[in-house]
Amino acid sequence: MDFDALLLSRMQFAFTIAFHILFPAFTIGLAAFLAVLEGLWLWTKRDAFKTLYLFWIKIFALSFGMGVVSGVVMSYQFGTNWSEFIRLTGGVIGPLLAYEVLTAFFLEASFLGVMLFGWSRVGNKLHFLSTVLVAIGTTISAFWILSANSWMQTPAGFEILPDGRFVATDFWQVIFNPSFPSRLAHMLLAAFLTTALVVGAVSAWHLLKARRNPHHPGVVESRVGLVMAIGLLAVVAPLQLVVGHWSGEVAHEHQPSKLAAIEGYWETRPDQPLILFGIPDRRVQDNHFEVAIPGLGNVVQNVPRDEAITGLDAYAVADQPPPVIPFFGFRIMVGLGLLMIALGLWGAWLTLRMKVFASPAFLRFAVAMGPSGFIAVLAGWMVTEVGRQPWVVYGVLRTADAVSPVLASQVATSLTAYVVVYAIVFTAGALFILRLMAEGPVAAVTEPEPRQDRPPGWALAKAPEDAPGDPS
Amino acid sequence: MSPDLPLIWAGLLAVAVLLYVLLDGFDLGIGILFPFARSKEDRDVMMNTVAPVWDGNETWLVLGGGGLLAAFPLAYSILMPALYLPVLLMLGGLILRGVAFEFRFRARRRGRAFWTRMFAGGSMLTTFAQGLILGGFIQGVTVIDDRFAGGQFDWLTPYTLLVACGLTAGYALLGATWLMLKTKDDLHGDARRWARWSAAATAVLLVLVSVATLLVHHRVGLRWGVDVAEMQIRWDMLAPRLAIPGLGLVGLGLVFAGLRRGSHVRPFVGALVVFLSGYLGLAVGFMPYVVPYAIDFRQGAAPDNALGLMLVGAVVIIPMILAYTAWVYWVFRGKVDAESGYH
Repeated sequence: MDFDALLLSRMQFAFTIAFHILFPAFTIGLAAFLAVLEGLWLWTKRDAFKTLYLFWIKIFALSFGMGVVSGVVMSYQFGTNWSEFIRLTGGVIGPLLAYEVLTAFFLEASFLGVMLFGWSRVGNKLHFLSTVLVAIGTTISAFWILSANSWMQTPAGFEILPDGRFVATDFWQVIFNPSFPSRLAHMLLAAFLTTALVVGAVSAWHLLKARRNPHHPGVVESRVGLVMAIGLLAVVAPLQLVVGHWSGEVAHEHQPSKLAAIEGYWETRPDQPLILFGIPDRRVQDNHFEVAIPGLGNVVQNVPRDEAITGLDAYAVADQPPPVIPFFGFRIMVGLGLLMIALGLWGAWLTLRMKVFASPAFLRFAVAMGPSGFIAVLAGWMVTEVGRQPWVVYGVLRTADAVSPVLASQVATSLTAYVVVYAIVFTAGALFILRLMAEGPVAAVTEPEPRQDRPPGWALAKAPEDAPGDPS
Repeated sequence: MSPDLPLIWAGLLAVAVLLYVLLDGFDLGIGILFPFARSKEDRDVMMNTVAPVWDGNETWLVLGGGGLLAAFPLAYSILMPALYLPVLLMLGGLILRGVAFEFRFRARRRGRAFWTRMFAGGSMLTTFAQGLILGGFIQGVTVIDDRFAGGQFDWLTPYTLLVACGLTAGYALLGATWLMLKTKDDLHGDARRWARWSAAATAVLLVLVSVATLLVHHRVGLRWGVDVAEMQIRWDMLAPRLAIPGLGLVGLGLVFAGLRRGSHVRPFVGALVVFLSGYLGLAVGFMPYVVPYAIDFRQGAAPDNALGLMLVGAVVIIPMILAYTAWVYWVFRGKVDAESGYH
């Protein structure tokens, strides 16, 4: 393997985007959750909702901050490392990215300030509006970035000029390209699942603690949090299976090489098997240790049994995606998805029978599933991005032709710098978040923020009676 | 008659970058001044004066990058590889200082000291790197066949280092005068002292950068009517342009007069005027290039249909952004003290 600027730039992009995506995946759902909590509090005036809001907003602030800084990197990395990609396609996907900044980033960033610091300054209704606008902003952001990424998967509405530059012929087709609706739905549901799994896990962890220690604080809040998480999981996890399948059908139609890599199909033929396990090997153009169910492949793909499904043999070796990551990434994602469905349905069943807080087995399962949303999101993105290779714009522009005219030594320097900085920043961030999670949703009324690092004279240290009106 | 889309977008981007420099300038400046604060409490207050708005301020940088990508993809694809390492330094600095806002308040004793340093160091690194980028931009970029064709350290010259020092002093001035506006008592007094020092440094460096730009970059000199090679000055060209350094003098005058009279507002306004004059002065040198001195804004522009689509959005959305940004600043108006933290 040759560590040239291309390979190093791909490693750097994979590294930085993998860290970045964790935060949007969490904050899209968490912003919506916060909006629901604040709305419920304003409606019912039940303190538990407000305590939960004040608890999760701290975690949101940390996650959002890390999402912002790792996102700024992305907006410049397209140029530093993939300048040929932008030089050629900027006239087509540029407006999508510009609209993301205009419609989403400013909205999120500006109203986040009010959300975090403004409660005592704007009143409840304007504060609620700010939370809702932040939540809307995160979703709009997903809309545009998924549109741009989907265009790279299933490009439409453009033509290529004689000098190689792309120009849009129909921006409606560019934005609403074939894979966009299914992929946007898939990502938004993934974000909601990720949040629900984290909220469920943190709530379950505190309820497990409370079983051993009757004085453990925040029990009511943790119960509310757990039931809300279960409700979302029970509906969204099965729905995600349907949407994921829809996404697969779109790939079958528009990106057959990606689908072949995911399924482990080397041979184009009717009556494909459903391959459960194997180790795809590009050199021998086959799978080792294959475990497959004959005849089920076409059924799962919703293709008549006598109709052929494309295998990787339809492509020159140079045009095949590297098969290992799509193959295993897909199986990890689907496996976790099935576990999420099990968690949601089991939780719903226990909740309906009023036994959910009394089942340590379920609570432990919920804790264990806490990080599974992040893992599934990462696995899914690896499937889709590696499955698109060797193309940066599927079928039209090769990744190798998209890289900047920079030296390998420069990219090695930047990759090393990112690894070091991200290791410091995201380790610290993860520790802060885990520490907050361990503190739990503690009502400010009963325990006015016992923070030793606050000098006397700070609002919270001096005047605990003000605490309920202060967003901590 | 169809509108001149590349011209409109060049203007919009110029305004976005100016807004970025003015807005993020003062919150980066607070990081630069962090080491001079007397106590943890003062640093808390300094940070709280910008905590609700820094994220919005930084979004103008994302608009600058994203807007350049979208409106002038050719320029973006040449400038970013040309400025690879300074852009990396800027992003590294932005990451460290950006997370420090939350991390510093969440950390315990030792961790807090670390994130205090990261906030200060990250702000300085970001500022210095932006100065190198600015200097590297003004001194021009080697382009062959629509691609960057220079060396990886072209941006590192005595001139760019001078510009970076100038920008650091300027951001410190913005930060110090912002603090005068937003704080009271001892911290306000400190800020006043910092403002005096940084205003003096800014004035000196602004003159040095201006002279260096005219002397080192022959092409820029000619645009001002100063021909270094022929030792000639064309007063008919230079005279009208002297309004720009004149504006800078007005700004510095506002700063110093405000400092002497104890005004809380005027020094900040003066600092903004100084930046406006510096910005206009540099713009005279490189207009109409988006990649000096190789690609002008018409050559570098995206296709008209892309620019048109974005203009529709910009016309509708940018006024909304300005309106709610102004609202957020209004919500957080007034002095900040140790009582008004959020954590």
